[in-house]
Amino acid sequence: MSYEIIIGLEIHVQLQTKTKIFCGCSTTFNPDHPNVQTCPVCLGLPGALPVLNEHAYYLGVKTALGLGCQIAPYTKWDRKQYFYPDLPKGYQISQFDLPFSHHGQVDVVTGDSSANGGNEPTVRRVRILRAHLEEDAGKNMHDESGRGRDSKVDLNRAGTPLVEIVTEPDLRSADEARRFLEELRLMLTYLEVSDCNMQEGSLRCDANVNLHVTQPDGTKVPTPIVEIKNLNSFRFTEQAIEYEVARQWESFQQTGIRMGAKGGHKRTVGFDPNRGSTYSLREKEEAADYRYFPDPDLVPVMTSVEKINSIRAEMCELPATRRQRILDEFQLSPYDAAVIIDQGRAVADYFEEVAKTCGDGKQAANWLTQDMQAAMKERDETISNFPIRPHVLSALLDRINKKQITIKSAREVFTTLLEDADSGHPLSANRIDELVKSRGLAIVQDTGPIETAIAEVLSRNAKAIADFKSGNEKAIGALIGQVMKSVKGADPQTVREKLLAKLGE
Amino acid sequence: MELSRDVVRKVADLARLKVSEGELDSLVSDLSAMIGYVQVLNEVDTTDVAPMVHAVELHNVLRSDTIIESLPRSEALSNAPRSDGSYFLVPAIIESE
Ligand SMILES: [Zn+2]
Repeated sequence: MSYEIIIGLEIHVQLQTKTKIFCGCSTTFNPDHPNVQTCPVCLGLPGALPVLNEHAYYLGVKTALGLGCQIAPYTKWDRKQYFYPDLPKGYQISQFDLPFSHHGQVDVVTGDSSANGGNEPTVRRVRILRAHLEEDAGKNMHDESGRGRDSKVDLNRAGTPLVEIVTEPDLRSADEARRFLEELRLMLTYLEVSDCNMQEGSLRCDANVNLHVTQPDGTKVPTPIVEIKNLNSFRFTEQAIEYEVARQWESFQQTGIRMGAKGGHKRTVGFDPNRGSTYSLREKEEAADYRYFPDPDLVPVMTSVEKINSIRAEMCELPATRRQRILDEFQLSPYDAAVIIDQGRAVADYFEEVAKTCGDGKQAANWLTQDMQAAMKERDETISNFPIRPHVLSALLDRINKKQITIKSAREVFTTLLEDADSGHPLSANRIDELVKSRGLAIVQDTGPIETAIAEVLSRNAKAIADFKSGNEKAIGALIGQVMKSVKGADPQTVREKLLAKLGE
Repeated sequence: MELSRDVVRKVADLARLKVSEGELDSLVSDLSAMIGYVQVLNEVDTTDVAPMVHAVELHNVLRSDTIIESLPRSEALSNAPRSDGSYFLVPAIIESE
C-alpha cells in the first residue's frame, strides 16, 4: 500500500487597522493591560450597534486580490453562534454564504531547482476557495496549576479584524504547507495588509490533514480527516502535519478505518510542540451547529468594478512577479532573486536601486546577499537603518565595475565606511574616492610598475618557476601574491595574465 | 407544522437554556404554532422573485478607521458576574478531552 498526503489550510490573518472591525477601540497588542480596549460594541452589551471599519474592508480586498480571488459585488454579514468565554456576544460576526471574495490561486515553488543546477522549478498551484472577513475573539488564559482554578478572559483582542483564507486541499506534504505559508506571509507583508507577527497571533493556521491510501487492489481509500487547530508557527505547522501523517498511516494499517466509517468522523486536535504530538480537543458544539443567520445590525457591502480596479492600482508588485522580473531584468540566478525578494520589500527596493544605478545586478546581488547580509547581522541592523544607503553602495560597486578598484579593496572601503558611520561621519561617493586615494587602492593602470615587479619576483623564485613549468599550476598563486604585495592596487587579473605571458616565453 | 421534542431539546441545548421535561410539552406546542403561523408565507408564489438577503435596504454604512476612546477597565468589568479587577473570571476552561 502507498498513500498520498492531502492537506488544506485555513489561515487567519489579522489586518493592520488602527481600530477594530466594528467599533473604534484600538487594535494595539497590549497583553500587559488587559481589558482596556473595549466598548459596548466589542463587549457585546445589549443595544450596541456595530459599524464596519471601511479600512478593514479595503485591506481585505487588497489581500483577496493578492490571492488572485474574485471580489463579490455584494457581500453580507452573518452570525456564527457558539458559546465560549472569549466570545462575549455568544456569536461571532463572520461571513457565511456570501463572502466578500472567492476562487483564487497561489503558486508556490516547491522544488529548489535553482540550488542544484537550474531545471525548471516545480510549482504547486494552491486554489483558494474563499477569503472572508470576521472579528477575532478575545483571549482566554488558563490556570497553569492544573487545579481547576478560574480561567481569565482578556477582551482587548475581541473584534480585531481578521481575514480567513480557506484553501482547497491541494497541498501534498508538510514541506509544501510550510512553503505555502511562507509565500503567503511574504505576500501579505509586501501588500502591507498585516504585520504577520506570529508571536502576537497575527497569523494563525488550522490544517486539515488526511491520507488517500492506495490499496493492493488499486482502489483508493481516504483516512478520517483531522483538523489541527491554532498553529502559531510555520515550524510547528510542519511538525504537526508530519506527526499526523505518521499517526494516520499507522492507525490505518492497524484498524483500516476509513473516512465516514464507524470511528471515522472528523476530529479536532491541538498540537503540543513540547511533546511533538497532537491531542484531541473537546468539541465546542455538538456537530458544530453554528446556526448562521444574517446579522440584522449590519448592512451589506456593495462594490463596483471601478472601485476594485482602483484598489488594484494601489497594490505593489507581488513577490512572485517581482522575483521573476528581477531575475530577467538583472540576469540573476533564481536563487539570488529568491534570496533578495524573500527578505521583504525594503531589501528588494534597496537592491533595485543599487542594481539600476550601478548597472550591474549580479554584483549588487552578491553584495546584498553576502557582505551586506553579514554586516547587518553582525551590527544587528535592518536594511532600513543600515548606514550605507543605496547610492553609496552603488558608487562603490561602480568603482569595481570600472576596474578602478578590486573587490578586495572595495571590501576594505565598505568596512571603513561602516566605521565612519559609527563615528558619525556622513557617507558619500566622495568619501569612497578619498579612501581609494589615501590608501592607494586604485588599480594601477600603468603596467610599467607591474612588469618591473614581475621581473623582480621571477628573478628570486627559481623554484616556483620550475614547479610551474613541471605542471604545478598552483605555483603561480604565490608569484601573483608577491607581485601584488609590491604593487599595491594592481589588478590580480592583469598580474596573472602578464605573469603567464612571461612564463610562457 | 409539528416540532419533535428532540428538536426543541436540541435547540434549547444549543442556546444553553435549561428546559425541564414539563416545560418541553408547552414549548413544543407554542413553537409549533409559531412556525405554523409563519408558514403562511409558503403559499406565496416566489417564482420570479430574487432571494432577499437582508431586510434593510441600506448598504455600505461604514466608519473611518479612527480611534474612539474605550471604556475604563473598571467600567468594562462592572457587569461581569466575577472579575479580579483586571480580567473577567470564568469557570476553568478545559481544552483537551
Ligand atoms: Zn470596542
